[in-house]
Amino acid sequence: MSAELVTGLQCRLCGKRYPKEALNFCTEDFGPLEVTYDYEAAARTLTRSALAARPRTMWRYHELLPIDGEPTVGQHVGGTPLIRADRLARVLGVRELYLKNDAVNHPSLSFKDRVVAVALSKAVELGFQTVGCASTGNLAGSVAANAAAAGLEAYVLIPDGLEQGKVLGATIYGARVIAVQGNYDHVNRLCSQIAFRYGWGFVNVNLRPYYAEGSKSMGFEIAEDLGWRAPDHVVAPMAGGSLIGKIHKAFQEFERLDLLEAPVRTRMFGAQATGCNPISATVKSGASKVKPIRHPDTIAKSLAIGDPADGYFASKLIGETGGWSEDVDDETIVDAMTLLAETEGIWAETAGGVTLAVAIKLIEQGKIDRDGSTVLCITGNGLKTQEALIGRLAKPVVIEPTLEAFENLVESHALWPMVSAAGAGVLVGSSA
Amino acid sequence: MATVRIPTPLRPHAGGQDRVETAGATVGEILANLGTAFPTLRERLFDGEELRRFVNVYLNNEDIRYLDDLATPVAENDEVSIIPAVAGG
Repeated sequence: MSAELVTGLQCRLCGKRYPKEALNFCTEDFGPLEVTYDYEAAARTLTRSALAARPRTMWRYHELLPIDGEPTVGQHVGGTPLIRADRLARVLGVRELYLKNDAVNHPSLSFKDRVVAVALSKAVELGFQTVGCASTGNLAGSVAANAAAAGLEAYVLIPDGLEQGKVLGATIYGARVIAVQGNYDHVNRLCSQIAFRYGWGFVNVNLRPYYAEGSKSMGFEIAEDLGWRAPDHVVAPMAGGSLIGKIHKAFQEFERLDLLEAPVRTRMFGAQATGCNPISATVKSGASKVKPIRHPDTIAKSLAIGDPADGYFASKLIGETGGWSEDVDDETIVDAMTLLAETEGIWAETAGGVTLAVAIKLIEQGKIDRDGSTVLCITGNGLKTQEALIGRLAKPVVIEPTLEAFENLVESHALWPMVSAAGAGVLVGSSA
Repeated sequence: MATVRIPTPLRPHAGGQDRVETAGATVGEILANLGTAFPTLRERLFDGEELRRFVNVYLNNEDIRYLDDLATPVAENDEVSIIPAVAGG
């Protein structure tokens, strides 16, 4: 981390340059601002041999993360497992499948810890004492937890009607949690007004250029753990549409720094719920503008952003890389959550069900090549979205505390479904 | 007259004001009148006759894309908010 590596901000539309300040949009054309780096300088110290000696957190790639000093918030974030998922691969009928499991990220069990670690470290550098966010749930918990650990005051704004686990998972840390009547887009608009009026550091408003860069660490870890190569396919869930772009940017930056074994040819695939599919609808229709969804309605609440800020760039990237996007209904999401749990022992939140279910759909459609390498991004933990499963899973069988009762149960064949999903209708092929 | 809320970073282009009282029967008329009063603000909001891609406009609490876009009628005392679209997620 050195101030010289991060050179400033630049508008993605007109190219106008800005200093390192708390500003998310270009004052010439409202275009998004993106962090710029001195890649030549970064290449001098970000080498494979240097990395071998660094701790396994997201900060091992600090040359390509936009803070000037040492991280002061979220020092232990990242370094989540990339899991070779052979049992799930057999069910899906693909050769080489991996799960990037950010459901176990530290401290708040979602990929949002990555973006928050960067945004709040930057907030401290810029002198903010009060921070905030507009959240569909995971960000709320991450901002609250990381702000608490850093001694920052946090305002967390969420739509009313979020899952209890997400609400409690922000309140426990002492954040000021405010439920706004309406959906996420209402919350987001309000936060855009609050951030500048009060002069606070809102991670996904005025600190957004820095915040968004934190997601690159997920891509850096994937490429390093695959033995310095970018996979053939990545399937990422899309809410605001930022993550998918940053994962691809991470691969490109590694290529630029000459860290990869082969050029990046990754095809990017975006996953959404049918009840809130503004980006997948754009990709499928070939439209040039993303049409927002007025009333999102899905159990995948963490993805329920009707007006995605990066929808335009996400759909463009998907097209340019030869990828595709699909969406799935709530029942299919739950089936996929169950399949993931039963085959790989990972309880993902609803968004993980979206990602897996969309991957299955894309494999069936032939859009994902069964012989290629595929990484599914699991971004959040199932413990936080338990409502989605209530009434959908078998209840425990109740017996008397006697051996006889157990024997009767086992002999009655009233056995629980063993790996039910793997044997049922979700099988999508048999080439593996 | 309706009130137009200006995003803080754009206030230098609106005479330093955070709210501007502006006449007009539709959102489009109001933004046109605002643009006449503050030409450098107009350049930033519009690309030709169209709102720029990353400019969102709300009438009270609703995005005008869910109403009738620039043709959305505006009543006395309504509030029109200009909101940068690049936020959230």
